[in-house]
Amino acid sequence: MTVELVTLPRVTGFAPVQYAICLKGIVWREGLRFLHQRERFVAALVRPLVWLFIFAAGFRQVLGVSIIPPYDTYVLYEVYITPGLMLLIQLFNGMQSSLSMVYDREMGNMRTLLVSPMPRGFLLSSKLVAGMAVSLPQVYTFLAIAWFWEIEPPPLGYIAVLPALVLSGLMLGALGMLMSSVSKQLENFAGAMNFVIFPMFFASSALYPLWRVREGSLFLYYVCQLNPFTHAVELARFALYCQINWISLAVVSGCTALFMIGAILAYDPSRGFLARRGEPGGGA
Amino acid sequence: MTPTTSIRGFLRRRRFHFTRTRHCLLGLGVFALIGTQASAFTAYVSNEKSNTVSVIDTDKFTVVNTIKVGQRPRGIELTKDGKSVLVAVGDDDTIQVIDVRTHEIVATLPSGPDPELFTQDQTGKILYVANENDNTVTIIDLHRRVPLGEVQVGVEPEGMGLSPDGKILVATSETTNMAHFIDTETRRIVANVLVDARPRFAEFKRDGSEVWVSSEIGGTVSVIDPVKHEVKKKITFDIPGLRKEAIQAVGISITKDGKTGFVALGPANRIAVINAATHEVQKYLLVGQRVWHMAFTPDEKYLLTTNGVSNDVSIIDVANLKVTKTIQVGELPWGIAISQQ
Repeated sequence: MTVELVTLPRVTGFAPVQYAICLKGIVWREGLRFLHQRERFVAALVRPLVWLFIFAAGFRQVLGVSIIPPYDTYVLYEVYITPGLMLLIQLFNGMQSSLSMVYDREMGNMRTLLVSPMPRGFLLSSKLVAGMAVSLPQVYTFLAIAWFWEIEPPPLGYIAVLPALVLSGLMLGALGMLMSSVSKQLENFAGAMNFVIFPMFFASSALYPLWRVREGSLFLYYVCQLNPFTHAVELARFALYCQINWISLAVVSGCTALFMIGAILAYDPSRGFLARRGEPGGGA
Repeated sequence: MTPTTSIRGFLRRRRFHFTRTRHCLLGLGVFALIGTQASAFTAYVSNEKSNTVSVIDTDKFTVVNTIKVGQRPRGIELTKDGKSVLVAVGDDDTIQVIDVRTHEIVATLPSGPDPELFTQDQTGKILYVANENDNTVTIIDLHRRVPLGEVQVGVEPEGMGLSPDGKILVATSETTNMAHFIDTETRRIVANVLVDARPRFAEFKRDGSEVWVSSEIGGTVSVIDPVKHEVKKKITFDIPGLRKEAIQAVGISITKDGKTGFVALGPANRIAVINAATHEVQKYLLVGQRVWHMAFTPDEKYLLTTNGVSNDVSIIDVANLKVTKTIQVGELPWGIAISQQ
């Protein structure tokens, strides 16, 4: 019996089409997983709708006392909290896709993904894009339902808000990924989510305008200002009314880059947190 | 209304809105092609506390001038020839005449003490003025600027509505809680109709079939048959989450076709949109605080409301029933009048 030795060609780089195939594969998998988890879709919609129909109804009187940009006139509380609720969907989505990464890691799927010859940064970025892409239909479905509740931004606003949602989806996904990289187990991560989701959501301009927060507590006002979630909400709020909030755009872009770099470094077994902790998949 | 009909109605409105949006988009395209040919009107807002009249360009919806007037300006109207603005300055016991070109006060009218609201006849010759502290209605010849006579009415008269044929004047007295029907020829009261507490305003439909009287404390609008002198329907308001006391009906405007009525609800910060045929409330629109009076642009495209406490004017898109913008004016805006050209 003769054994033929096959020499594998040295991998020097990939053609764009190969990157595209890989990206498509990851997005497709995330999309399929989302479609098969109908409960997740329903839960993702119920959460903001409960806020909109029940919470906002009780707080109708809270607002309508000041006109703040981007609004040209007084708005009902429902209208005010809509961008915050859109971002709430994305926040949960970002955390959930990171949660699935922890799950994948525990189940070994992540290792399969990471042994792919593609650069790790690209794989993780694709994973982020996939998570963000899944959040978009959820947000638009919510907006469609809200339209029936007479939350009617200008028609062009629905298009203008898309880039804002892409950016904020990536930022929140990257944040979740960064968190998942430092979490050892699924249970730990679920607990950590509570420490991130709730403070981020409540200490932001999602539920109340910042001038109101400032009246209550100056310290809280500064906390809200430093919260990237506030800027993600404001970016979407302005975009929904065909305007750009430059400060928010800068903060969200900066944070997206920062969290993504952080997440990629953290997942790098030779340098990241995993290496230091000697996790499976880590190099140490 | 059964839930089914209400859902159907809702969907119909949505469909209507959708076609509207499409038409608007089409309209925008055409508009872009033919350039800016929008007809700009001028709105005049009396600011009760700052003793000024704000002049608003209804094309850009910006305040273009502020005119200093007498003390406590409230009732405001343009003369029928469009050349002057009349403004009742209650604490100066007169009505001032402002030239619309120069924005200067050119004359005063012998209105009697503490004039609040007034109305003109169709020819623009005669002015009927409610004298709040004197319990009278003063009749003035506008051209000669002399008083023609007085009619004694109930305590604290305010609302003044003239029938389209000019034969009947309805004056509402705030404390007597009555709408007094005055024959303009004989200048005598022909009927008194009891309405809810503190009637503020009276408005006839263009066809003269109904006169609507708002009651501030009662929080209702009484629809009165001007021939039988009977209240044929009482419109009530209910806004979820709002105390009943916060709903105070004040200013009223009805479209020329008589199909839709708008009622300002004071501290409820809302304008009620009413189907004028069925007298059912269709919708509530959020505007500024303590909304008081309102006026249509002549093409009835926009309705402008004065919001007293928040010191601003809200602009309502009448076709889409949406508040599109709110702009700052002087302190305590009260009345509003819009030029016809």
